Amino acid sequence: MSKREGPVIFSEIKPLTGLRKALEMSGEAVLEVIKSSNLKGRGGAGFPTGLKWGFAASDSDEHKYVVCNADEGEPGTFKDRVLLSEYPLLMLEGMVIAGYVIGADRGYVYLRGEYKGLKKELERVISEMRENKALGEDILGKKGFNFDIEIKMGAGAYICGEETALIESMEGQRGEPRNRPPFPVNTGFLGFPTVVNNVETMSVVPHILVKGADWFKAIGTEKSAGTKILSVSGDCVKPGVYEVPFGMTVEEVLKMVGAEDTKAVQVGGASGVCVGKDEFGREISFEDLPTGGSFIILNSGRNLLDMVKNFLEFFNEESCGQCTPCREGVPVLIEGLELIKKEECNERYLKDLFSLCETLQCSSKCGLGQSAPNAFVSVLDKFKDEYKLSTKIKKETVFNGQ
Amino acid sequence: MGKFCSMKKVVKKDGKEVVVCDDIRSYLLEELQEIQEKEGFISDENMQKTADKFKIHPVEVYSVVTFYSFLTIEKKGRNVIRVSSCMPCEMKGSEGIVEVFEKKLGIKCGETTDDGNFTLEKTSCIGMCDKAPAVLVNDELVGPVEIGDVDKILDRLK
Repeated sequence: MSKREGPVIFSEIKPLTGLRKALEMSGEAVLEVIKSSNLKGRGGAGFPTGLKWGFAASDSDEHKYVVCNADEGEPGTFKDRVLLSEYPLLMLEGMVIAGYVIGADRGYVYLRGEYKGLKKELERVISEMRENKALGEDILGKKGFNFDIEIKMGAGAYICGEETALIESMEGQRGEPRNRPPFPVNTGFLGFPTVVNNVETMSVVPHILVKGADWFKAIGTEKSAGTKILSVSGDCVKPGVYEVPFGMTVEEVLKMVGAEDTKAVQVGGASGVCVGKDEFGREISFEDLPTGGSFIILNSGRNLLDMVKNFLEFFNEESCGQCTPCREGVPVLIEGLELIKKEECNERYLKDLFSLCETLQCSSKCGLGQSAPNAFVSVLDKFKDEYKLSTKIKKETVFNGQ
Repeated sequence: MGKFCSMKKVVKKDGKEVVVCDDIRSYLLEELQEIQEKEGFISDENMQKTADKFKIHPVEVYSVVTFYSFLTIEKKGRNVIRVSSCMPCEMKGSEGIVEVFEKKLGIKCGETTDDGNFTLEKTSCIGMCDKAPAVLVNDELVGPVEIGDVDKILDRLK
């Protein structure tokens, strides 16, 4: 298929063998394989896929949906672009298998507006699958199993990567996150049980079915089975997409991509955390350093405060404005950061800013607001050499006029 | 509205029979995207027409249009150039690329040329960080863009 190499997704597999294997088994048996493989969602949250599918499968509604979240918008992440353009069949095959397990007959790929250029090729693969009877009625000869896939385009909203916002957007609404519970597995698209999985998660599924849960579990660490696809960018010789087993350390990744003189790595994009030299020994895994896959490498010449500012401005732009902590909190953090850069922020105000960060983290409705202050907190907390606090006490920089 | 109901099916939901035809409303975004592509913006008139078609209030259409950054109520140029301003692109000099576009087109970021040919914008990450600095030219992802490439991109679209 392609010349990329990797232990799982980029390893060899014949087209549609995963789906064929699945259809030889019962839906329950396939679910058991996925459950025992310990596959967790690759979008960032790391929710066990088998559990998610199990919830949807056991729902008594007779109409269900499978959705593939291809609304990759996290700054510094581009792995899905590569998967969608080079391995589209794997993802689509994974969706059909998900449909078989939960009993859905309809699937959607929610593709971000920025990737509109990839739509044509995806549609070609979908119609090829229809010709090969891998989509449509009685798939691959399996009587009574009908499934079809349609592409829905996003329109340039980062927040729609959040699964409930994505569903709102699919329904033709503003992409504002819903309250949870109820969860999409029970009340999703149009109120029906819906399984939403990331492109990477879907792409792993056919491999697990062909090669077995034990093969999959043998890769990675004890708690994080399999591999993670990293999107590496920034100051390095070989930026790009890499598939690495869980358990690889930051240091090893840096060596692999030819990064020298690295000051810090922003792991997980704008909503992730910044790790410094003393933490380069940490392992990529759900239990140590979880990530959606973004690795932005910064060398010693970079100003980390500039990066924090870039990210905060991003969140300010992308906040849906629905809940107060996120809508009002992020602009205050931007102002605060300006003060810090001008060395006009004192210790007391910094404390106030940190407490505001905590408010955002615990009281925002969705992941966007909850993770908006992450970069701010991790840089200002861990990289104290990057800035100087003022010793003056300025009235106007103190909250509540105290 | 034949094209909207690609799959009709009657199912039981909470004891009641419901017709599932992938609810019409869920095709609103698609309809608006088509108008945006054809007209370069979504006019008041088109919002009203869409509202009539979907049997909803025009204000609802307005609320959806203004939520998404690829749907606009102001007329865009025939070509929209969006320079990624996310961190990896900024590190590789996206600011400089914006400046060159501004100079060549004679407009500021966020504006449209007088002949209605080009709109220049900054955008969040477009997923091209390995090829930074990157630009989204209409639907096409382009990168890495060097200062010398700006002319080539513009010439192709003129």
